[in-house]
Amino acid sequence: MTDAAPKIQLRDVHKAFGGKIVLNGAELDVGTGESLVVIGGSGSGKSVMIKCILGLLAADSGSILVDGEEVVGISARERERVNKKFGMLFQGAALFDSLPVWENVAFGLLAEKRYSRHEARDVALAKLAQVGLGAEVGELFPAELSGGMQKRVALARAIASDPEIIFFDEPTTGLDPIMADVINDLIIKITREVGATALSITHDMASARKIANRIAMLYDGKIIWSGPTGEIDEADNAHVDQFIHGRAEGPIKMAVRA
Amino acid sequence: MNFVQIIGRFFLGFLATTGRLGIFAGASLSHIVRPPFYPRIIVRQMVEIGYFSLPVVGLTALFAGMVLALQSYTGFARFSAEGAIANVVVLSITRELGPVLAGLMVAGRIGAAMAAEIGTMRVTEQVDALTTLSTNPMKYLVAPRLLAGLTMLPLLVLVADVIGVFGGYLVAVYKLGFNPANYLQNTWDFLEAQDVISGLVKASMFGFIVTLMGCYHGYHSRGGA
Ligand SMILES: Nc1ncnc2c1ncn2[C@@H]1O[C@H](COP(=O)(O)OP(=O)(O)O)[C@@H](O)[C@H]1O
Ligand SMILES: [Mg+2]
Repeated sequence: MTDAAPKIQLRDVHKAFGGKIVLNGAELDVGTGESLVVIGGSGSGKSVMIKCILGLLAADSGSILVDGEEVVGISARERERVNKKFGMLFQGAALFDSLPVWENVAFGLLAEKRYSRHEARDVALAKLAQVGLGAEVGELFPAELSGGMQKRVALARAIASDPEIIFFDEPTTGLDPIMADVINDLIIKITREVGATALSITHDMASARKIANRIAMLYDGKIIWSGPTGEIDEADNAHVDQFIHGRAEGPIKMAVRA
Repeated sequence: MNFVQIIGRFFLGFLATTGRLGIFAGASLSHIVRPPFYPRIIVRQMVEIGYFSLPVVGLTALFAGMVLALQSYTGFARFSAEGAIANVVVLSITRELGPVLAGLMVAGRIGAAMAAEIGTMRVTEQVDALTTLSTNPMKYLVAPRLLAGLTMLPLLVLVADVIGVFGGYLVAVYKLGFNPANYLQNTWDFLEAQDVISGLVKASMFGFIVTLMGCYHGYHSRGGA
């Protein structure tokens, strides 16, 4: 998979907030059609990295290529065009509280004016069915749903406009182990159905092993290891080893002030 | 750190905030006039700011007009200048009290609520989600609210003017024994279009400032990991 044309390339990406350096020369390649999972501790900058790719945060320096096209420092209009390739599942689902579920799912379609409200509704209900939710859920409001259902709706929203690349920000965090596995299965099923490239971030190793073709580890602002999922147990890297076995002792020192 | 340094730092911080607010205001104004527009959201905000503020604005205006008539009578009666009451009531209400009362009531009802609403959306990443769904949050969240503030406050003040003057009329006629026709004639004679218009322009500015501050503080709130 790695030798396919890369969909996303990060080269020497830096990002700091005030004096706090979060990304310090991150390098990453995501091949077309592959499912890459970035692992790393809480607060290690995984979300920041994805937000730099999406343009929600501006990288301080370095280069981010999407389909070979530079996206650092592009104009708002260019950004809007590039972002049409993306779907994003946010960490906390980030559903719009004031809109019913179907309008949440259809939001991007309506914004791009690709469909009338009536058609968009049908598409939204089809997407909801794809994530295992019935049409009756479409009329409910996000606050009326359980955490697992909210994640499903957010997933349906992320895939509604048939993106080429889907980002998953901690898709299983905050769910019980069974629901987490259901979401993992859905992610696998859906990325396969849509034929999309997937870039996920998580600190849930069970989830990472399940959905990834390839795993990369972010530590100290850099990608310190990456390789096929099957090789992670043989990774000759003390940091990776500590992380996947969840040991408090080791080279990674957790900042207590998190 | 010496004293001058503290003042300098404070002043620079003040300038930075003023600048950010100015840029935010300019950007939101430009988004008001450039498509895409969101009529549903504009109408919803107009109803929220305009319609639902009617009871509280109407009530305060009514009592302001009544008190104004009653107290100016207490003062003016000593100089046998009761005839000026209608004049005092209508000018104070249209030029000052209408806009100030409506502005205060809306600031209390709307300003903080708006900051909390947009702030929640910011912290729960809903604002980011808008961007990833081909929607500019400034256009979708901020512009409709500012537009609603700009347009609804003058309308509220128009209503407040009428109710306030009516309050004065009630007290003057039913408590102080004025002749209704004379009182209304006096009110009408003294009132000039300019008085009302200056009040409405003021109201528009108040509406803009209240919604701008609400949106700005919500939009720039931070938290979460
Ligand atoms: N908008 C922001 N402003 C300031 N600091 C931020 C911002 N976003 C993230 N950070 C900081 O960057 C670090 C990495 O955050 P994040 O990428 O969310 O971590 P995670 O790997 O858990 O997703 C954290 O220490 C966080 O406090
Ligand atoms: Mg995160």
